[in-house]
Amino acid sequence: MAEVTYLEALRQGLREEMRRDERVFILGEDVGRYGGAFKVTEGFFEEFGEARVIDTPISEAAIVGAAAGAAHLGMRPVAEMQFIDFISCAYDMLTNYVATARYRANLACPLVVRGPCGGYVRGGPFHSQNPEAAFLHTPGLKIVCPATARDAKGLIKAAIRDDDPVLYFEHKYLYRRIKEQLPEDGDLVTPIGRARLALEGTDLSIITYSAMVWKALEAAQVLEKEDGLHAEVLDLRTLLPMDDAAILETVKKTNRVMIVHEDTRTGGVAGEIAARINESAFEWLDAPVLRVTAADTPLPYAPTLEDFVLPQTADIVSVARKLAAY
Amino acid sequence: MTARPAAAGRKAVAGIPAGLGRAQLLELYYFMRLTRSLEERLANLYRQGKVIGGLFRSLGQEADSVGSAFALDRSAGDMLSPLIRNLGSLLVMGALPVDVLRQYMAKATSPTRGRELNVHFGDLERGFIGQISHLGDMLPVMAGITLTFQLRGERRVGLVYVGDGAMSTGAFHEGMNLAAVRRLPLVVVAENNGYSYSTTLERQTAVPQLVLKARAYGVRGERADGNDVLAVYDVTRRAVDRARAGEGVTLIELVTYRRKGHAEHDDQHYVPKDELARWERNDPIDRFVRQLTDSGWADAGELEAADARVAGELDAAVQAAQGEPLPEPASALEGVYVEPPRQAAPWQREVTRG
Repeated sequence: MAEVTYLEALRQGLREEMRRDERVFILGEDVGRYGGAFKVTEGFFEEFGEARVIDTPISEAAIVGAAAGAAHLGMRPVAEMQFIDFISCAYDMLTNYVATARYRANLACPLVVRGPCGGYVRGGPFHSQNPEAAFLHTPGLKIVCPATARDAKGLIKAAIRDDDPVLYFEHKYLYRRIKEQLPEDGDLVTPIGRARLALEGTDLSIITYSAMVWKALEAAQVLEKEDGLHAEVLDLRTLLPMDDAAILETVKKTNRVMIVHEDTRTGGVAGEIAARINESAFEWLDAPVLRVTAADTPLPYAPTLEDFVLPQTADIVSVARKLAAY
Repeated sequence: MTARPAAAGRKAVAGIPAGLGRAQLLELYYFMRLTRSLEERLANLYRQGKVIGGLFRSLGQEADSVGSAFALDRSAGDMLSPLIRNLGSLLVMGALPVDVLRQYMAKATSPTRGRELNVHFGDLERGFIGQISHLGDMLPVMAGITLTFQLRGERRVGLVYVGDGAMSTGAFHEGMNLAAVRRLPLVVVAENNGYSYSTTLERQTAVPQLVLKARAYGVRGERADGNDVLAVYDVTRRAVDRARAGEGVTLIELVTYRRKGHAEHDDQHYVPKDELARWERNDPIDRFVRQLTDSGWADAGELEAADARVAGELDAAVQAAQGEPLPEPASALEGVYVEPPRQAAPWQREVTRG
């Protein structure tokens, strides 16, 4: 076992897949000799060569489109968005071309688009986004959002091996802050579509994903210490396809549910989860399903503004108390 | 060398340009005639209400589609991606008329099982990838196809069509630039047919010729008469040979004309009548027939035989496709992913019985 960061775990997963399967290659901006803006692909150019670690022009639509073309012919491209905010430049290519390829044309499109998402880093409106809701609405795509180093590695490996297109949103706040002991040998793969129980509890459920898992765990500690409440924390890991069974199980167990995400509120993932719970487990609920999310604004730069807009541990604690008391 | 071989028995005849033989000239004629006749059959079916969606004609552009696709080497695994007016290119690559009819009539048996329209279908084995409606998007995709050829060290070439309208999109620019930077084995055929829907070239771009854009991307530019099938073949073939030799991208502007509206419903009221008449006199099939007979490369009997072959094939195809069923409604839920989701889909139709 060795202690590795979330970023190193992701790097290990990518490297192992490139060693395992020569069809895997990386393309993106500054991913080659420079090793990527966050150094995720550091050392790859030297190990795998220019043909498998391709620097592209600043052209997100072309990066994703070219990955699709290569995927049709049996390659396993991993496209990096330098910041996930720029995935919007490839929105057309992903939603119209990639996501529909299998359905409309029986064309395989096994590609991964990955990149750093998320705030709490003073990145301002264009280096902090969480774009999952924009793609949750697109049948044909899969979306994974690892919260732990283990899943950063396990999900990138699963994403590369998946026969359908996968969006892999890695949280840049976690890159170097999260560390975990991971086995040095063995094939660590996290199955896509399976949630993980991050903390067992009995009084209420916090359904969440990505960096918010850690805030939810912090909140659970506070709730236990100050209120004697035992919160359960469900880390979804995959948003599309969603693990409905795991959601249903925690709803039936605690009967009080809140959903936490860093993305803005309106039209967010939480709304979809709440609707599913409403449809399939209404009679199991002792309280309305509540949400903790970012405010409906672009993400501002100043620390005072960003901290105000983004969900904080204290917000989770306060909504959890309201939920428990309902 | 993987260039299209002059097959045994195809004797070169003096004066035939572009290294073609008589048999190949007859093939070009056959495909142009097949394209036009298939569209005429489709127009009949459209008027009978049997075509479910719109009908897009390539009347007057058959030489540009057929001549350019003919320049690829199918036996070498070359690939292309068509646009809506490249029915002729698909037929050259081996698409079956009956499949085109099935597509237009939304049959369960169509290549896309009723999911997509008209010529929006592909066949990796035959070497073509179906377009989507978002113009320019096939440039990046074909860049990825030819990038794969390059990465694998395969001597294969890709060809992608864009129109005068598609060249205004961001996707075109990004794909073109990426292909140029990496010197990918890609031929980009820009069909200048004068109109994108109702918008004229002057309102689409400030350059007088599309080929001028080649220079901005650092690629070779060529311009040819798109209604002269032999000129189209020749210019494309040279670009294909260069691409195969590792010399990178060529942008070819083919000057042609769209003699029908954007689709069958469009009455072209915005088109000057004399302009239409002028291009009617420049019909690519009529021109080729004159060229073939005046030069003694084919006789009237051979052309009549080709026409009869086309008619017979289309009779059979229309007969076969017409009776076939539409897809089963519930088949709409299949094939979004390789594996259906582990849990039951959250969506279920509520069936109410009265």
